Amino acid sequence: MTVTPRPAPTARGLLYVVLSIGLVGFAGPFVWMVLSAFKPEGELRRVPTTWLPENVTLDNFRTIFTGLDFPTYFTNSVIVAAAVTLGNLALCSMLGYALAKIEFPGRRVLFLLVIGTLMIPSMVTFVPQFVLVAQFGLVNTYPGLVLPILALAGPLGVFLMRQYISELPDELIDSARIDGAGELQIFLRIIVPLAKPALATLTIVTFLGAWNNFLIPLVMAQTEDKYTLPVALALYSVGQNSTKFGLLMAGAVVVVLPVLLIFVVLQRYFVQGIAMTGFK
Amino acid sequence: MVADAIPVRRPVARRVLSLRARRGLVAWGFALPFVALFAAFMAGPVVASLAMSFTDLRGTDLRNPLGVNFVGLDNYVRLFGDEVFVQSLMNTAVFVLGSVPLTIVSALAVALALNRGITRLRTFFRVGYYLPVVTSIVAVAVVWRFLLQPDTGVVNSLLRTVGIAGPHWLDDPLFAMPSIIIMTAWRGMGFMMVVFLAGLQAIPRDVYEAAEIDGASRWAQFRFVTLPMLRPTMLFAVVITSIGQLQFIEEPFVMTRGGPLNKTLSVSMDVYSQFGFGNYGYASAMSYVLFVVIVALTVVWFRLLRPR
Repeated sequence: MTVTPRPAPTARGLLYVVLSIGLVGFAGPFVWMVLSAFKPEGELRRVPTTWLPENVTLDNFRTIFTGLDFPTYFTNSVIVAAAVTLGNLALCSMLGYALAKIEFPGRRVLFLLVIGTLMIPSMVTFVPQFVLVAQFGLVNTYPGLVLPILALAGPLGVFLMRQYISELPDELIDSARIDGAGELQIFLRIIVPLAKPALATLTIVTFLGAWNNFLIPLVMAQTEDKYTLPVALALYSVGQNSTKFGLLMAGAVVVVLPVLLIFVVLQRYFVQGIAMTGFK
Repeated sequence: MVADAIPVRRPVARRVLSLRARRGLVAWGFALPFVALFAAFMAGPVVASLAMSFTDLRGTDLRNPLGVNFVGLDNYVRLFGDEVFVQSLMNTAVFVLGSVPLTIVSALAVALALNRGITRLRTFFRVGYYLPVVTSIVAVAVVWRFLLQPDTGVVNSLLRTVGIAGPHWLDDPLFAMPSIIIMTAWRGMGFMMVVFLAGLQAIPRDVYEAAEIDGASRWAQFRFVTLPMLRPTMLFAVVITSIGQLQFIEEPFVMTRGGPLNKTLSVSMDVYSQFGFGNYGYASAMSYVLFVVIVALTVVWFRLLRPR
């Protein structure tokens, strides 16, 4: 029996009511976004506002997928986010292993240097990044989009992998070393399988971060065929379509809905990820 | 046997030495791919940006590097006479003073409610409040611009049903910044809520039991047990929130374009527009001012909230 105090039943009931009202404020905008995407433009301009769509229409989606080039933006977003994720998994797990389990000169300095960049605003790095990408002739190419986002995503990934791999028992690694296994073998056969939970978390966090990244594709993509979804949506929303809210809501649905579905299905990994970074 | 042992020992000793060296090489081998990328796209640009901020580098100079001049602190001097930049600094200060406390206080309140206030549906509420965190800021800013439309927006429609004539949120110099602040706190709250939940769950229960036996009220328990024990979490939360929100750009980019009357122009947005004009040196100086502000605020938070 614990004596941990709980609020009286009436107070608790009130708390449920308040939390539910708050929840409407947090999830409501997404519901509204989806409902509005299925309304014709005329209905969106009507006062008083209709709640449920009176005439459900797919016109907004048809327009953005055929009239505008959303299939291309969607494909670009998938390519960029997938490439950043794969790269980040490989680079961060390798460096994370070295930092966690191998004694080598420069280990502490390297770790501090990488973590230190978490404080640096992305505005500081993006002008030289652009100059660099331009020097390599990579502006408006997929590598030009991927590499800067990968560099941005890296430090947090290194931190996460290092923290997780540090907790794995040294005995496993030592006995493998005694059995004559090379470091690469140890990494691939022992560390990677054991670090699966951390890799799963890193996959989701990196993918979403890259999917949602705005600044780098805004700068690096110069023609529409390289736009990612957030860039396309932002430029449409301030351009000549700025008040076509039916189209904009359909666009927002395409950006947001895949992510919301991934999140709701895999939400425990997000919480794990926060616990994994080791602060309490 | 004994004769064999002697020649064998020496190679072993040599191998131990070389093993350490080899292990160092292997470690750097593991580190190399990341380090190469990091040096080129992160560490290099940090240094290059500082160097560029002391030059008059322009976009047109990329093909003609000899046209670049060292101008010392000129860019920095010019910045503080640049009315638009000073305005963007003030806006960023107002924004952060509003959004950071709002994010932190609401996140802590919801975390407390979820941690000890209720017994059921915790995961349900946690997932619901976390939804905005995983979504693109651009997309939610577009949605909020729609919600805040003066006539057809759902916010003013709701206000009308209770007899309030809502303002022209994003077009009104008085309401534009508060609108953006609320939207930012709305998006950031969920992450800090999970952070605070982790912090709260790490506080041992018997501390509360002891306080209870001593007759401490719930407020006293919060004030003298929860808050002090949450100090490290609080430090992490305010530092991360401040660093992130000082850099805001997507919200004004999509919702207001920095207007009305430059009232929502942020430093990051100003850097971006100077970059767009091709003023790379000047833009770099701006970004370094923002960097210094971020470091300074982080130091202040560490001073105020450092674990005792």
